[in-house]
Amino acid sequence: MSWTDQLCVRSVLCMALATRTDRRPSFARTVWDSTVGKKTVMAVSGLIMLLYLVVHMIGNLKIFFGAGEFDHYAHWLRTVGEPFMHYEWTLWLVRVVLVAAVVAHAVSAYQLSRRDIRARPGKYAHRKARASYATRTMRWGGIILGLFIVWHILDLTTGTVHPGFRHGHPYRNVVDTFSTWYGNVVYIVAMLALGLHVRHGFWSAAQTLGVGSRTRDRALKTLANVLALLLTVGFIAVPVAVMTGVVS
Amino acid sequence: MKLTLRVWRQRNADADGTMSTYEVDGISPDMSFLEMLDTLNEELIVKGEDPVAFDHDCREGICGACSLVINGDAHGPERTTTCQLHMRSFKDGDTIDVEPWRASAFPVIKDLVVDRSAFDRIIQAGGYITAPTGAAPEAHATPVPKPDADLAFEHAECIGCGACVAACPNGAAMLFTSAKINHLNVLPQGAPERETRVLDMVEQMDEEGFGGCTLAGECATACPKGIPLMSITSMNKEWLRAARKVKR
Amino acid sequence: MTSYADYVTGEPVVDAKAPSGPVHERWDKRRFEAKLVNPANRRKHTVIVVGTGLAGGSAGATLAEQGYHVVQFCYQDSPRRAHSIAAQGGINAAKNYRNDGDSVHRLFYDTVKGGDFRARESNVHRLAQISVEIIDQCVAQGVPFAREYGGLLDTRSFGGVQVSRTFYARGQTGQQLLLGAYQALSRQIAAGNVEMHPRTEMLDLIVVDGRARGIVARDLVTGRIDTYFADAVVLASGGYGNVFYLSTNAMNSNATAVWRAHRRGAYFANPCFTQIHPTCIPRTGDHQSKLTLMSESLRNDGRIWVPRAKGDRRPPNEIPEDERDYYLERIYPSFGNLVPRDIASRAAKNVCDEGRGVGPGGQGVYLDFADAIARMGRKAVEARYGNLFDMYQRITDEDPYEVPMRIYPAVHYTMGGLWVDYDLQTTVPGLFAIGEANFSDHGANRLGASALMQGLADGYFVLPSTINDYLARNPHHEAVTDEHPVVQEVLADTQDRLNLLLSVDGDRTPDSFHREVGELMWELCGMARTDSGLRKALERIPQIREEFWRRIKVPGTGEEFNQSLEKANRIVDYLELAELMCLDALHREESCGGHFREESQTPDGEAARKDEEFSYAAAWEFTGTGAAPVLHKEDLVFEYVHPTQRSYA
Repeated sequence: MSWTDQLCVRSVLCMALATRTDRRPSFARTVWDSTVGKKTVMAVSGLIMLLYLVVHMIGNLKIFFGAGEFDHYAHWLRTVGEPFMHYEWTLWLVRVVLVAAVVAHAVSAYQLSRRDIRARPGKYAHRKARASYATRTMRWGGIILGLFIVWHILDLTTGTVHPGFRHGHPYRNVVDTFSTWYGNVVYIVAMLALGLHVRHGFWSAAQTLGVGSRTRDRALKTLANVLALLLTVGFIAVPVAVMTGVVS
Repeated sequence: MKLTLRVWRQRNADADGTMSTYEVDGISPDMSFLEMLDTLNEELIVKGEDPVAFDHDCREGICGACSLVINGDAHGPERTTTCQLHMRSFKDGDTIDVEPWRASAFPVIKDLVVDRSAFDRIIQAGGYITAPTGAAPEAHATPVPKPDADLAFEHAECIGCGACVAACPNGAAMLFTSAKINHLNVLPQGAPERETRVLDMVEQMDEEGFGGCTLAGECATACPKGIPLMSITSMNKEWLRAARKVKR
Repeated sequence: MTSYADYVTGEPVVDAKAPSGPVHERWDKRRFEAKLVNPANRRKHTVIVVGTGLAGGSAGATLAEQGYHVVQFCYQDSPRRAHSIAAQGGINAAKNYRNDGDSVHRLFYDTVKGGDFRARESNVHRLAQISVEIIDQCVAQGVPFAREYGGLLDTRSFGGVQVSRTFYARGQTGQQLLLGAYQALSRQIAAGNVEMHPRTEMLDLIVVDGRARGIVARDLVTGRIDTYFADAVVLASGGYGNVFYLSTNAMNSNATAVWRAHRRGAYFANPCFTQIHPTCIPRTGDHQSKLTLMSESLRNDGRIWVPRAKGDRRPPNEIPEDERDYYLERIYPSFGNLVPRDIASRAAKNVCDEGRGVGPGGQGVYLDFADAIARMGRKAVEARYGNLFDMYQRITDEDPYEVPMRIYPAVHYTMGGLWVDYDLQTTVPGLFAIGEANFSDHGANRLGASALMQGLADGYFVLPSTINDYLARNPHHEAVTDEHPVVQEVLADTQDRLNLLLSVDGDRTPDSFHREVGELMWELCGMARTDSGLRKALERIPQIREEFWRRIKVPGTGEEFNQSLEKANRIVDYLELAELMCLDALHREESCGGHFREESQTPDGEAARKDEEFSYAAAWEFTGTGAAPVLHKEDLVFEYVHPTQRSYA
């Protein structure tokens, strides 16, 4: 056999055994380019926000201990980590992480949703809803929550849309917001949406990250429901308290 | 039984389709759904009309060819394939909507027939174990723990019908893809290609234009072979593991 | 004009490739004697494979692995849907993992005997040898066979065999094996070594200068008719059981590839050898489009019976034990419910003919699990047969845990097929037939769990070795193009046939003709055949054919997705093949295996073989539609397994 023949033999055998061996992109690229990867971005960013919400909700409940304790707590948030951290550094760090999480979550959600809608352009003539309400409302719920976050920051952080907003007096500002009907409506609707969103989102994140299993499924679902309920009740407790005069 | 059928008619891939109404009479409850359509087609042919095109072959629920959305459900109201659905599941006088699988990755060829070759390409991307004929070791050389063998079998049962895609609100092929990945990745024989398999198959799945997973669970509800939703969780886990592990 | 039945006997046909010497050395010898193709030259060779079942899928994958350029076809939308997928029971292999006395020789012996001494010893022995490698191959591919708790493979005994040599994957062995082959094929498609054409149906064979050089095929989506050329053509297109209209075959399984090859010169062997499977779900009415098989494994624990009295219409649970006739246990005490398929089927027919059948139309017998449930408990029965019981309940709406199942025989497998030599080559050089499409290994009756074994043996191991010899000996073919006059003629034939079907514009649907010829065949060329019945069928078939071409109605055009046209075109071939089946059945004036001639039976009603006259394979040569074919006999020599009258009493 001549050497060219041998070369041919090799190429034939290589061809026969060829599988995908092309170089792979970086981990980040792999994750971002894949639907499965992008879902993990959503899961991780969602869990970061969820963790923050739990802390936020617990902090909110301090309102029941009166203006002093609540305002003190709000001030402390700015001084956490001192003297290692400068004034408000920790808070800004948290804010940066949160913004990153929100952006990552929202951009992934937007891109995935566009993809999903493209993948299923035609509707069935025979309409039928079957997935749970929480599952079906993830997209609208997400949009509602996104808009709420904007309003919430403009209302109680910057005070931009809050007539009579006073810096450094969070207790007063909160009571003020929940003394208006629209403040209550916006807030309560958003918190109900949050509950639904967390209910499917938490369980869903567990599946996306591959930690779900048949034996763990019941526990995960229960945990998701408990979290959703606690967050919703915990957050709604504040406007309800203001409306009923428990907090004033 | 006498029934009114509203059937999706579409001349070819480029034509627009509509729902057309037909009356069928003399339907026996013992007929399969496809035999009922046979009856309609026999009448249409004699009348010189174009019979309704639909995919079907084994009519035993195993080849995966049949693919109808009946009253909004992939494969109809029972958890089985269309060919194993019997008319006793309907009532005399019912109006039944019959539509093709709808997903942009499954373009309609004619009437109720769609092109599912995207599934073949997902398998071609890595849904195999590289074991050229003649190279196999003695079958008992590698024992496989029974639970692993059973788990592999449970996933290997997938018939590639595409009901999961048809039922998914996002037109996603996660259940199909995960079934094959789990079948092969659970087995010791599949271990050497474990990482490349999941990365390549998911990449191909994305390239085909299937949507992403929102864990709505419709796929597992529609699956005539009962592939569990947890299959997707396991695939996600495999994917994350592979994305981290594969050398770049 | 001479009638179709006045066939003439031509020269005997000889298997020139079968090596001599001790039977267990023949396969090695043949492989050594076969010429090889230089690996560098393999990709210059194109091989067409028609069909993607166990035989075709495994052949396509293996040939591509070897470096050949494979062009493969299937009518289904995906190669994964071939009807091998529906095989339930299992696959035999002489592994002797159970230490129960099995061996290659015993599998060989059982298969020759089970085939009622109408198969070639050389072929069957090779099959038994290769069976062992098949299991290794499939396990390496990830086929999830059933396993024991120790992690080793489980086996069971199957279909009247006394050793436990059947490997299985619950009730879906065929599916799992097919997916293994499909995945191997997919790997080769991705690698660019296999050019796959799904939804493309072979409509004719191109034979140039006496060699198979390509096929004509129709793209079922666009209707486009194209030619494909190659150095060799492999038919793996399955059996022809759908001639009977109702069978366990898939709806679109058809005989067009093999019949068109037959018309182009390939001999058709033993067409009358059809297997009727005893455990199918009975039909429920005229709307029935196909029959569903229940795995034979049910007979391991179920007991078959009918009422003792004729016309006993009582529900089964109200018939007392002493008024039941467990007829298989009564007639065949040592094998009981596990007698081979042909015997079980015929016994069911006999009791139904006596008027003791049960269910609608009296076309059924009971398969009762009450004893098994009492003995093992419902749980154990469920573990073993749960999926089959579910399937039965879904179809019949009856609960087999409470009420005995009703079963009736149905056409299941065709042992006949294109005549092939030891190399699996037909009488047309360069045309090979593998799997159910050929006639080779099962003789007059196939044993349970042997079809999967044969399909994979042919595809993974036999053909990839023997086709080398043909390609090596015929390395340089002049390229064939569409301009070649032979190709022009074949193309024109195909186009004319389709145009004619579309232009008749009669008043009867394709199905109505299929049903008519199918019922005729079931009645007269089914489980029991007689001289007068077969002659009647031979008279009727040309009449149906004539009526077909006068009254067929095919809507639409040829240039589109047209399922009526596909169907009508397949029926054209059934209407010719049916005639040959009847003639073969008429000429074989003996009973053997699946072929039972009422004139040839023992005093107690068993099949009586006539070895002195009929110990041969009947290979028929086509001479024209409706024209008497020429019979070529291949004498069968038995050196190792000496013909005895089968006895299962």
